[in-house]
Amino acid sequence: MYRYDEFDARLVGERVAQFRGQVERRLSGELSEEQFKPLRLMNGLYLQLHAYMLRVAVPYGTLSSLQMRKLAHVARKYDKGYGHFTTRQNIQYNWPALVDVPDILDDLADVEMHAIQTSGNCIRNVTSDQFAGAAADEVEDPRIWCEVIRQWSTFHPEFTFLPRKFKIAVTASQNDRAAIRLHDIGLRIHKNDAGETGFEVIVGGGLGRTPYIGHTIREFLPKKHLLSYLEAVLRVYNLEGRRDNLYKARIKILVNAGGVEKFTDLVEAEWAAIRKSEIDLPGEEIDRIRAYFSPPDFEDLPAESAALEQKRTSDGAFARWLRVNTVVHKAPGYAIVNISLKPVGGIPGDISDVQMEAVADLAAQYSQDEIRATHEQNLVLPHVKKDDLYAVWQALTAQELATPNIRLVSDIIACPGLDYCTLANTRSIPIAQRISERFADLEQQEDIGELKIKISGCINACGHHHVGHIGILGVDKKGEEFYQITLGGSGAEDASLGEIVGRGLSSGDAVGAVEKLVDYYRENRQDNERFIDTYRRIGADPFKEALYAAA
Amino acid sequence: MKAITGNRLSDGAVVYLGDNDLWTEQKSEAARFDDGDVAPVLHAAQLRVREITDAYIIDVSADGAPAGRAIIRETIRGAGPTVRGDLGLQAECCA
Repeated sequence: MYRYDEFDARLVGERVAQFRGQVERRLSGELSEEQFKPLRLMNGLYLQLHAYMLRVAVPYGTLSSLQMRKLAHVARKYDKGYGHFTTRQNIQYNWPALVDVPDILDDLADVEMHAIQTSGNCIRNVTSDQFAGAAADEVEDPRIWCEVIRQWSTFHPEFTFLPRKFKIAVTASQNDRAAIRLHDIGLRIHKNDAGETGFEVIVGGGLGRTPYIGHTIREFLPKKHLLSYLEAVLRVYNLEGRRDNLYKARIKILVNAGGVEKFTDLVEAEWAAIRKSEIDLPGEEIDRIRAYFSPPDFEDLPAESAALEQKRTSDGAFARWLRVNTVVHKAPGYAIVNISLKPVGGIPGDISDVQMEAVADLAAQYSQDEIRATHEQNLVLPHVKKDDLYAVWQALTAQELATPNIRLVSDIIACPGLDYCTLANTRSIPIAQRISERFADLEQQEDIGELKIKISGCINACGHHHVGHIGILGVDKKGEEFYQITLGGSGAEDASLGEIVGRGLSSGDAVGAVEKLVDYYRENRQDNERFIDTYRRIGADPFKEALYAAA
Repeated sequence: MKAITGNRLSDGAVVYLGDNDLWTEQKSEAARFDDGDVAPVLHAAQLRVREITDAYIIDVSADGAPAGRAIIRETIRGAGPTVRGDLGLQAECCA
């Protein structure tokens, strides 16, 4: 893992001290709320419905046991005993007192954590594939480049006041687990015909009230030019992006309004002008960062584990969890373990301080001290020996962290919605809870197969409803909550935007609607088709009919 | 009728302007104003910058319950998240 050098440590320390002074001046009345608000947002502190909310950065979703223990400590000491993992691999606390926040940030700084780049119109915390460094299908560890981007983007003076927030995601796999086509910039590391690795650069994706799939503006960018090229993209956006209209300020509007060719020309022209300057990192600096991400010392193990096979045969519940929640690792004899934060009837992404401590223990004992947060609001133990999987499963089960539902119908993304969020029009979490209860039967879930349900409580789309195989958007109609269903979205390598299928439904009917859609899929699927495959083959109309005609 | 609400500066807790001009966490203790009288009260409340933040006017019924378009929002805001009955004011009352 990356460890802070003296500059990182000083930067974070100075920022906490600065914010402590700003909080004091706000409390004394020296600063008005108008003056203070942008300052607190620069430190991840929002005001929500019931209280303040602090969003803590988990750069590219990677955490050590020590860091997870500190997150548990913060939940226990300053909050109400839990935290909430978000769709950007960060964690949010829902109840911190303003007066405590400087102390919280001090505590976090002790373990090289902070809340920088989690809010405001800057380049936000960079996200990545949660299986980075472990995935069998990756070209290389994308976190090296995430860290390069983090260092370049943190407090970048030219990009501190962009027209709007700016999100970058990086993957190094054909199987997109980081939703790169839905980001302001998505980067995919791949090999060209000559066998060299470089970036596919995708720009202008995003959700919200005007969703777009990103456009590839460069098929292959040599890795050494990453920063100068990113700088060119950001510079064009900073100059040309709209500042007169909040709803048209994201780069997706700039790219799509003027056309992707025009945008690409502007970027290439800017890049031609600046690429020979000293923006790109020298090779030795990249090597220095790469060294932090050298693979752990994997033991030389046989590909299969006899102990595991014996348990797989004798324990059906364990066998199901293995099938659903573990993933092939690149090292023989190892596996990637998904930790579900979606128990039946639970709140997607929520985790108690006790559970955080348990995950930290497991990571320390079984996973090379590493934990990952996923953009689907789950956690991952990336490097677990197959011999240890049974023990890990038992420990996770004891903490209600072993629900075998990864990628299945109850593995739902839901924004906090009107239960917490001041922007929301409706609640989201209760819909997720009711759906997971309706589909509680694990055998049925596994039979249904991959099905991504994503729920947002307003058009800002924090719950990614546009890219749910089934998306649910909450809308307020004269003080009543209604839910609009979209079908056919995907946030993966086959990215697509869902289509609205009809009138809004009450919360009770929305859950029933999902059941009708799933039933229709099961009756009409062919071979091993997933829900999304069947939808794409037969189109929206039969599903609409199944949903509304029978009622 | 109208009432004034905001978040307490020090900890963000939801508060209402009470009859005695003090802030209270109890919605039932919120002072109620006729529609035409509330604007200057809000203005005065907003000047109390060391006490609260984000003060605004809400619709309430004659007995002080949230009313009008924002009824769900204001009910949840006052009580606590509906998905965590153990948190917020809802956990403290009526136990």
